[in-house]
Amino acid sequence: MSTILVIAEKEIREGLRNRWVLATTLLLATLALSLTFLGSAPTGNVGASALDVVIVSLSSLSVFLVPLIALLISHDAVVGEMERGTMLLLLSYPVARWQVVAGKFVGHLAILAFSTLVGYGIAAVALAFTGGDIGRESWAAFASLIGSSVLLGAVFVAIGYLVSALVGERGTAGGIAVGIWLVFVLVYDMALLGLLVVDQGRTVTGGMLNVLLLLNPTDAYRLINLGGSAGAISGMGGVADIATLAPAVLLAALVAWAAIPLAAAIFVFSRREL
Amino acid sequence: MTATIELSGVSKSFGPIHAVRDVSFSLGEGEIVALVGHNGAGKTTLIKLMLGLIRPTAGTVRVLGEDPATGAAAVRTRLGYLPENVSFNPALTGTETLAFYSALKRAGRGQVGGLLERVGLAGAADRRVRTYSKGMRQRLGLAQALIGQPRVLLLDEPTTGLDPASRRDFYSFLDELRAAGATILLSSHALSELEGRADRVIIVGRGVKVADGTLDELRGIARLPTRIRVRLAPDGKDHAERIASRDAGWRPVNGRTLEINAAPEDKVALLRSAVADGIPIADLDVTPPTLDELYAHFQDTEGQDTEGQDTEGQDTEREAGR
Repeated sequence: MSTILVIAEKEIREGLRNRWVLATTLLLATLALSLTFLGSAPTGNVGASALDVVIVSLSSLSVFLVPLIALLISHDAVVGEMERGTMLLLLSYPVARWQVVAGKFVGHLAILAFSTLVGYGIAAVALAFTGGDIGRESWAAFASLIGSSVLLGAVFVAIGYLVSALVGERGTAGGIAVGIWLVFVLVYDMALLGLLVVDQGRTVTGGMLNVLLLLNPTDAYRLINLGGSAGAISGMGGVADIATLAPAVLLAALVAWAAIPLAAAIFVFSRREL
Repeated sequence: MTATIELSGVSKSFGPIHAVRDVSFSLGEGEIVALVGHNGAGKTTLIKLMLGLIRPTAGTVRVLGEDPATGAAAVRTRLGYLPENVSFNPALTGTETLAFYSALKRAGRGQVGGLLERVGLAGAADRRVRTYSKGMRQRLGLAQALIGQPRVLLLDEPTTGLDPASRRDFYSFLDELRAAGATILLSSHALSELEGRADRVIIVGRGVKVADGTLDELRGIARLPTRIRVRLAPDGKDHAERIASRDAGWRPVNGRTLEINAAPEDKVALLRSAVADGIPIADLDVTPPTLDELYAHFQDTEGQDTEGQDTEGQDTEREAGR
């Protein structure tokens, strides 16, 4: 365990040193703050809690941004160290390969969690000071937004490691990471939407839709954040009604989406020759 | 002598290229062994096999009693390694880098300062590695290899980029470590600097072990001649012919100097005859064959032995070596 923490600590130190932590935190905070204050104009009219509106906007933003950030910091993790020659030295130490991957995972996840918590937290605190009156339920939904965003980040960090462990060059890893991001964040949903429109509910049943939504971690994430009290004011409300997935199932799907690529990355890396 | 590293019948192929073929040797405690060969001869492959970074195609590797590829990672606590082109994260300082590696070996931070001092980096300890020169990075590499009093040190081309003073310091560390019972394997193609520093030399060529022994043993096997050079006193010019008449091998270099290539068993007799009967000698040089000559000798014999076999693979390796 302590070996994993040593590697995680080095990863965090490097993240602080090369300004990754600062950059992602600032980016998330800026976007969250601007969404909060630009997006809060219409709230009085629809009667939705101000924080609920922020949750909807933030989760739509996170679906794009969090996977991108996660893939950016993770796609280089294995192949980059191999190219720079630092992996050779690291593996000559009493470190098992799974510990290398696990340590990096803990470190990268800590960076993501910190950025999300601080970046989004600033927006919520600012809102509480200016707008007042935010219900307990909204706070819970906001906490769940942060938690699930970190979990979404974990999914794409794990996918990034798998890519990184499989390829031979950093450039390839970067290209594949961008492709994965496009597929999960844009292409998959457009294709799914097209399918639903064409099908008109003839063959795609509610159960099938459930499965199709769970097959994309970003959809599971959307359903977690847009299915609750905030769902009524989002476009996802309709889908959320048809797709009857309990939050626990969605969470389990996200955890599986993080665990399976992570395990695969460890397996591939362990068998790789340097 | 307890063997700390044992290779038996080890082969390793990367696709069609036979990087290492049927290599066996064992290294004991308190030994400095030089692994010598051309670029692409298989030195780095052998070191990676001993580290367990790659698995042998055939044969077994044992390091401190364990298979390094599948055995307990704890074995590597007592192992120091310096890669051929060592690199560190440029954003961290020298102290941070060593603290990280010490923590991985559970060696404690206490020795970090001492190690940096020892390799002459105390003044640059809190500067980022980005600002280090090549020689400084190499010294930082040595410092990390010395963490936690390793029992086995594998050093791949350790003195590249070091100036002569740091090179001397480096070899004096090695002597200290050997005295403490460490096994030290260093790969090199700078043979001349190993003279007097390596207890044993293992020569590899094209993935095959060509020779293994102390320098004296190798000289014995190679039977390379020792060069004896005699310079006569200014008034002894006429004695040159007397010396020359005793053995046909003597040849004049200039009026007062004579030279002969002596086979190992004739060396003493030739020296005796040269100084006998009051021949006035001003100076006497006995030059044993250098490591470079020895190495060239073994590389050449290997070339003859395997000529015609597996030429394709060898050519590829030679290309890669250039």
